[in-house]
Amino acid sequence: MKKRLAFYSILMKDMKNYYLKPPNISWGIIFPVAWTLMFFLRTGSPVDIREILPGVMSMSVLFGTTSMLAVTITFERKSRSFERLLLAPISLNLLMLAKTTGAIIFGVINAFVPVLFASFWIDFSGVAWGTMVLSIMLIAVTSTFLGLFISVSVSEVFEAQTFSNFIRFPMIFLCGLFIPIQALPIVLRPLSYLLPLTYGADILKNSINGNGLISPWLSLLVLLGFSFGLFLTSTHNIKKKWIY
Amino acid sequence: MKIIETKQLTKRFGDFTAVKGIDFSVEKGEIFGFLGPNGAGKTTTINMLTGLAKPTSGSITIANEDGIKNIKKVQQLIGIVPDESNLYDDMSGFDNLTFCAALYGMEKSKREARAKHLLELFNLADTGKRPFKAYSKGMKRKLTIAAGIIHEPEILFLDEPTTGIDVESARQIRKLIHSLNKKGTTIFLTTHYIEEAERLCHRIGFIVEGRIVKIGETNELLQEAQRENTVEFSLDESAAFLAPSLIKDFPKVSVKTVGEHTLRIISEEKVDLMPFMNFFDERGISVREARIIHPSLEEIFVRITGIEAGKMKKEKEGKRK
Ligand SMILES: Nc1ncnc2c1ncn2[C@@H]1O[C@H](COP(=O)(O)OP(=O)(O)O)[C@@H](O)[C@H]1O
Ligand SMILES: [Mg+2]
Repeated sequence: MKKRLAFYSILMKDMKNYYLKPPNISWGIIFPVAWTLMFFLRTGSPVDIREILPGVMSMSVLFGTTSMLAVTITFERKSRSFERLLLAPISLNLLMLAKTTGAIIFGVINAFVPVLFASFWIDFSGVAWGTMVLSIMLIAVTSTFLGLFISVSVSEVFEAQTFSNFIRFPMIFLCGLFIPIQALPIVLRPLSYLLPLTYGADILKNSINGNGLISPWLSLLVLLGFSFGLFLTSTHNIKKKWIY
Repeated sequence: MKIIETKQLTKRFGDFTAVKGIDFSVEKGEIFGFLGPNGAGKTTTINMLTGLAKPTSGSITIANEDGIKNIKKVQQLIGIVPDESNLYDDMSGFDNLTFCAALYGMEKSKREARAKHLLELFNLADTGKRPFKAYSKGMKRKLTIAAGIIHEPEILFLDEPTTGIDVESARQIRKLIHSLNKKGTTIFLTTHYIEEAERLCHRIGFIVEGRIVKIGETNELLQEAQRENTVEFSLDESAAFLAPSLIKDFPKVSVKTVGEHTLRIISEEKVDLMPFMNFFDERGISVREARIIHPSLEEIFVRITGIEAGKMKKEKEGKRK
């Protein structure tokens, strides 16, 4: 009960202080809206919109989540308020879950901004909604923990942003979001399979257009593996670096 | 009853050993102070005791729990006031307090009542709605203390609670520490103000370069010092070269030069001034001033650590700016 109260309070504090602040709303909501409109207006035809929807959704999640962690973790660490959390009688795992849950929720909401826009152009017949929501959640979890890993590895907010971009932008091109993986030069293809977003985007494609390439079960496993791996590495790093 | 006990507590940072195997204990219900200059290892010790730093070796026992293995259990019982505020800049004083209480699992109605009460207690009621970043230094420190005691901890750790703030806030804080202690809270504090340690603490540990060089009850430390008699002579000539012949003529006393023209005679017995005046007179040295020094804690500290108290203070304040 006490732990639940602490968890909930950390989550709500972050939501109130960071997620609902104007700069984050603009980065988190307006940015995906802009991307979406740009892509949709360029493609124009309903078939194409449906084709690129998974890519746009994944990107919204990726950008929404990773940029949040730079604030909720790196910034708080810098200003020393993170110490207060480390000194609280809650386990590090629970603390980090509390610090990341907000970003996961935020990511999922971001993913549905493009869906909302797409609904003006296309109908969603044949979409496997259950799988789609599940895959979005998985992408949100994995990219949040990727953001966590980055924000724990650096000490300045701008470093977190730079490091994120270093990973995010290549992911757009390598994860089959807009360019199918088979269309990539053969030397780059193994790289694609090392990136978590490839698997997330594939399940998402399956759920929307039924045209994924990888077995959804395999993708599910890989994503869970990435999530656990990134989370545990991050908490390990916090224990090593911040509880020095 | 011992509520905190360390054994051979050590912290190394690479090649540098910041805390060198210290043993000490704090009794339940007392105010215990760590007194030492900048860089002595006070903050590092507090960090180890509260779970923000991992000891390299040694053990910690707090309230009968292993303070290293079961730190999360220990953290439920302790309150921590760091040397610099670590509250949330953009949140109001009130929100900061209720958030901190929630971290310890306090119910909403209870934590709001407690936050209101503490804001009043610290004369911060009018500013409770303002964001923390708009607070003055003294107000910030007071709110940080309020956040440290919001969950009514059994043991309170305060790292330099009055350093770098205005006199009035410092006075209020000292008063508060006293009244918290009266109600049963055990206090562990660090300070580099000798006078503060003397006024506040029941027991004091002198810490220098990672070692406890002296530990004891404040009263006893003072009595120990007062067993000795000290007379200070200010001369019109360089004092240092006189020491050897002084010791030869007066084998029962010890001599210490404390400045270019000043030396001190320290004796177990009462010091008779005349023989010394004659001694200087014979050598054609005139004495500008001779005065009896009543040893304070400062004297003892200086004697044991070899660190001039004034110097210690200046260094610290220079760092804070
Ligand atoms: N994280 C750290 N890495 C390396 N050295 C440190 C670290 N923290 C403290 N020190 C060193 O340990 C010594 C003790 O520091 P500290 O405990 O902060 O002293 P105090 O609080 O008594 O002023 C200092 O010399 C300081 O430079
Ligand atoms: Mg310190």
